[in-house]
Amino acid sequence: MIFFELFYTFFFIGMFTIGGGYAMLTLIQHQVVTVHGWISAEAFTDIIAISQMTPGPIGINSATYIGYSVIQAMGYSPALCVAGSFLATSAVVLPSFLITYWICRLYARLKSNPVFAGVLQSFKPLVIGLLAAATLVLITPQTFPDYISWIIFAAAFAITMWAKASPILTIVLAGIAGYLIYA
Amino acid sequence: MRSYWNLFWTFVKVSTFTIGGGMAMVAVVRDILVEKRKWMTDDEFMDILAISQTLPGLMAVNTAIFVGYRLMGTKGSIVATLGSVLPPFIIILAIAMIFTGYKDNLTIEAIFKGIRPAVVALIAVPTIKMALKQKWNWVYGILAIVTMALIAFLKVSPMYIILVVGVIAAFVAKYREGRQ
Repeated sequence: MIFFELFYTFFFIGMFTIGGGYAMLTLIQHQVVTVHGWISAEAFTDIIAISQMTPGPIGINSATYIGYSVIQAMGYSPALCVAGSFLATSAVVLPSFLITYWICRLYARLKSNPVFAGVLQSFKPLVIGLLAAATLVLITPQTFPDYISWIIFAAAFAITMWAKASPILTIVLAGIAGYLIYA
Repeated sequence: MRSYWNLFWTFVKVSTFTIGGGMAMVAVVRDILVEKRKWMTDDEFMDILAISQTLPGLMAVNTAIFVGYRLMGTKGSIVATLGSVLPPFIIILAIAMIFTGYKDNLTIEAIFKGIRPAVVALIAVPTIKMALKQKWNWVYGILAIVTMALIAFLKVSPMYIILVVGVIAAFVAKYREGRQ
């Protein structure tokens, strides 16, 4: 049952997200693209772009969008697509809510607990590994079909890394480049 | 005035006007909570922020839960969470409905052909920035590289890796504690 699958997939994604939105993308990508094959790697890249340009946390944006498009790809009615969207969004927020809620109740005690601190410390290098994996998995022949795409990548990398361009500006410029070159 | 409605509305505003994820949100939340409404001190806010970043889940949502709980208890945390999730949900839903209709449009496809490699760069930059900021030792180095390789090349689920590393780290911390 697709709705049930959608719910528990995003519930686990929410539960295992460490290190914020970008790291969450790795988990979403693994589940939605690699394991379930609900959407292609390119469609996933498009969703990241849309999530970056719209308000709100990227994890919520992508859950909402993926919930909708997965149900739509199965050929269900728009009302059910909205339901899928709602399901994925609440599923991704729920574990976060449960965990954080309990931790803020217990925070005074946990703060000085060396085991809690040790686990959080070990997640730091892990998050870097997660992000690096997300980057590598996104490098597909479909996303980089020609040398022009590598030039766009290099330019986007340079202006984000050194000129501190905002993600929106970078995406808008890349979109204009895409229109001028490919349309 | 502190009311459920004000709390809800504060987080609706925050999540409607912050584009580009967690860190962009921080300045806006601080401005409203600390400067304008004076609901908490700067120190309190920085404390909440530090925890929200390290906890599982999304920083934006974690911050909402924490702030809501501090200010108005359990109901406060629910109200703040709803406020922060609702606007992006509605906006993205609208975009999904419109965009899926134009998916096969050639102009749109050309634009996204340009955008896709840039998105890869947008993920690569924070990866490198975090790696430069991290204090490395050989355990951390191996951990990061093995994690990357397992996920990217062997398609291992990130969830298993997080679980295994978390459990090992807990035992190591416990062992060190016992020795002291």
